[in-house]
Amino acid sequence: MVTKTLNKLLCNQSALSRARSLLAYLNDMSCLSLRGFAHIDLLATLLKRFGQLMAAIFFLSSTTAHATPTIQHWQSVSGAKVLFVEDHNIPMLDVSVSFPAGSSFDSTDSAGVASMTQQLLDAGAAGLSEDEISRSMADIGAVLGSSVDQDKASVSLRTLSNATERDKALDVMSRVLQQPTFPEAILIREKARLIAGLKEAETKPESIADKAFQKAVYGTHPYALPVSGDVASVEKITVQDLKDFYHLHYTAHTAVVAIMGDVTRVQAEAIAQQLTEKLSADKTTVTLHNEELKIAASEQRIAHPATQSHIVIGAPGMARSDPDYFALYVGNHILGGGGFTSRLMNEVREKKGLAYSVYSYFIPLKQPGAFEIGLQTKKEQADEALQLVRNILAEFIAKGPTEKELLAAKQNIIGGFPLRIDSNSKIIGYLSTIGFYDMPLTYLDDFTRKVEQVSVAQVKAAFARHINPNAMATIIVGAPEGKENK
Amino acid sequence: MLIKPLGLENMKTRLFYIALLLAWSLTSAQAEIFERTLANGLKVVVKEDHRAPVIVQQIWYKAGSMDERTGKTGIAHVLEHMMFKGTKAVPMGEFSKRIAAAGGRENAFTSTDYTAYFQQLHKSQLPLAMKLESDRMHNLNLTAEEFGKEVKVVMEERRMRTDDEPQSLMNEVMNTAIYQQHPYQHPVIGWMSDLEELTVNDARDWYKRWYAPNNATLVIAGDVNAEEVFALAKKYYGPIPKSIQPPRRHFTEPAQLGIKRLVVKAPAELPQLVMSYHTPTVQNLSQDWKPYALEILAGVLDGNQSARLNKHLVREQQIASSAGAGYDSTARGPSLFTLEATPSTGKTVSDVETALRAEIALLIKDGVSEEELQRIRAQVMASEVYKLDSLFYQAMQIGQMESIGLGYGATAVMLKKLQAVTAEQVQQVAQEFLQDDNLTVATLDPQPLSGKPKHQSAGGSHGH
Repeated sequence: MVTKTLNKLLCNQSALSRARSLLAYLNDMSCLSLRGFAHIDLLATLLKRFGQLMAAIFFLSSTTAHATPTIQHWQSVSGAKVLFVEDHNIPMLDVSVSFPAGSSFDSTDSAGVASMTQQLLDAGAAGLSEDEISRSMADIGAVLGSSVDQDKASVSLRTLSNATERDKALDVMSRVLQQPTFPEAILIREKARLIAGLKEAETKPESIADKAFQKAVYGTHPYALPVSGDVASVEKITVQDLKDFYHLHYTAHTAVVAIMGDVTRVQAEAIAQQLTEKLSADKTTVTLHNEELKIAASEQRIAHPATQSHIVIGAPGMARSDPDYFALYVGNHILGGGGFTSRLMNEVREKKGLAYSVYSYFIPLKQPGAFEIGLQTKKEQADEALQLVRNILAEFIAKGPTEKELLAAKQNIIGGFPLRIDSNSKIIGYLSTIGFYDMPLTYLDDFTRKVEQVSVAQVKAAFARHINPNAMATIIVGAPEGKENK
Repeated sequence: MLIKPLGLENMKTRLFYIALLLAWSLTSAQAEIFERTLANGLKVVVKEDHRAPVIVQQIWYKAGSMDERTGKTGIAHVLEHMMFKGTKAVPMGEFSKRIAAAGGRENAFTSTDYTAYFQQLHKSQLPLAMKLESDRMHNLNLTAEEFGKEVKVVMEERRMRTDDEPQSLMNEVMNTAIYQQHPYQHPVIGWMSDLEELTVNDARDWYKRWYAPNNATLVIAGDVNAEEVFALAKKYYGPIPKSIQPPRRHFTEPAQLGIKRLVVKAPAELPQLVMSYHTPTVQNLSQDWKPYALEILAGVLDGNQSARLNKHLVREQQIASSAGAGYDSTARGPSLFTLEATPSTGKTVSDVETALRAEIALLIKDGVSEEELQRIRAQVMASEVYKLDSLFYQAMQIGQMESIGLGYGATAVMLKKLQAVTAEQVQQVAQEFLQDDNLTVATLDPQPLSGKPKHQSAGGSHGH
């Protein structure tokens, strides 16, 4: 809504600095969006910047002896994969439908097509205009959401589960998903808006850093492409591009339908079929070729008038299917993912007061996503902070965590497991991720046991295999005076 | 058919359903709230919710940046940071470690009106959370050394959130123009030169003045039994002595005597226009109607994708690349009705101001339609249901209402009052409050990153 109240509410710790709990913050509407204080722009920025992270966080979950939701699954007649949790506590329904249709299916020339395709699904569909679609949803208090990252594009719905509201909402959603019209006039308008936004982003140190970082880490791999594209590629997007992309990537047999809430199994089966039966039945699978991602050490210093330097350090990290996943996840929790108690937080913020926000995370994607460390600090002390972070990382990789640190991390992750599945919105996130990445349906049941099994030696070995502190990409935007190389 | 305007028949069904829903949400959502006040004045509010075996503890202090005075801005927030620095029984760093070891998440936040701390944990860990939170209510260790380090962290926070964020910078400057006297004129994070001057003694004074059971509300939500929570609260918080709370200074913002305009230049690409009108907040829950009408008005302008500002300015006229409106009906201090827009490429802030003013003129002249009202009511009701999915948010709503002084019961009353707002009332508040004499207009004037004026540099130079 309005940016007025951005400064009304301050958190002790930036949500940005806590990759692990970012999702929790967004779900809980805690620090970022208070009642009446909602700062949608900030939220949107976060979501954009961490769009890729969102997918990752769903996966960073856990379980043990704690009760986990019973996941039902089947294949719809359409060919779509369906995951469903039945829960009648609240009279509402959440549904999401995801496709392997993320920005990694773009090329340098067509960067932004995947994202624009997804963005324009609700710009007109099967006899409904853009305005009719939004009015229909608003009239019943339903919310249509969307997200796109490197791997996937998703459309989500939250509606009251009462038949009147539910049926209307699902009718609109099914048209949007299966019969989008991609009107030219709206494409022209949205291109102009996006280009204005991209130009604005080019002035923001965090966006500049992020773009340079993606390039430095992924090189020629399509993960390097900016999810929304860049000014030159967006200018070229045509309606035909969107239609072609849609027909190739939004197919019934690649669709993953997640359903959570107040409907029965029979109703859920009908919903899944309704949302996917009109999709293309083409069974051609579009896959990225698997590239070995390796980079050499690099450092870019980019001038910017900001008072702070924005520092990002990283390298290709791990794929979702990586056998080292749990060792890296638990290890990163100790290094910079565990909030106030992480090493980075303790050394950089608590002991030295060098930064408000400092964090590290892995983004597990189909192919290895990035490992990233980030912080902001005033220009004059940027080199001191950078050196400190490099030392912390080097020492962590050389020596691994201590037994005591490992125990504390396990206690936090395992003890906190119930918080990861305490709401419908969190559970549907897991359903979607488990389905999309072909993870075992017992994923939630196995999680805490897998965390428990991680040893110090495994963390050390896994980090040594994946992260070479001498082959990291470093980006410093708003570099200290006189040291820019760009 | 889906998109046909609602017929009378449908409308009746809808209203009936909404009434049912209202009844449902009031009984099921509000019924399990229990309260008790301890002998030392600490009010304990419990929201039972047995969906998952988790709890949230929030402690809300009725002290925010509006209680600060000139020269000491930022102290409420700095103290919030210092609350993590340890006590005699729980040394530095231990608070967070113990919560983490129990599987918990924790944080804190400061606003203009209050400061709050929270932990989210498995239900078995409630005693631990209470033990730690009650300890730091009266045993905080404040040292000059830790204060010196932490205030630097806060300065970094200020640089990140405000100094390097053109829109926040504009909002900060704008507040100084909007409020002639009210302390809302100061940023929550504090002025940099105040942060530089604050000392550990300021933190001690603040802590001593405001951190007391009789200036706080404890909110526990989750899979608990209210009676057990009251017993635990008595055990951990009960022994803390109450403090003498001197009367608070209340500020009445003088009436604005004419339009105010300001420009903020900052490195950015897109200009922005913000228009804020002084508006009242809810004072008398059952008698007031204007704040509720203003809430509905904000919804009609910006409550959904098809609301007026997005529909007219962004989608149809394409004058703005984004447009919005907002209003808070509840606050300890005064409120604002705010409109904002970013011009499309080729359009100017003057174009979007004209367009926003045309929307206001339309509201004043023709009011709003029954269809629009109905849409906002449906959204309000649906969001009441959706909020049940977040334990944290439900606790937060209780804490806010208590801290603002309306009490948690206000939420249910306000819901009814919102449903009762008429189209005529919406038009009346538009006429009364959206007046130039009551308005501050701020413009963000984007500057090239090079620091050179725009006509000299196309923005390509990153040289220093």
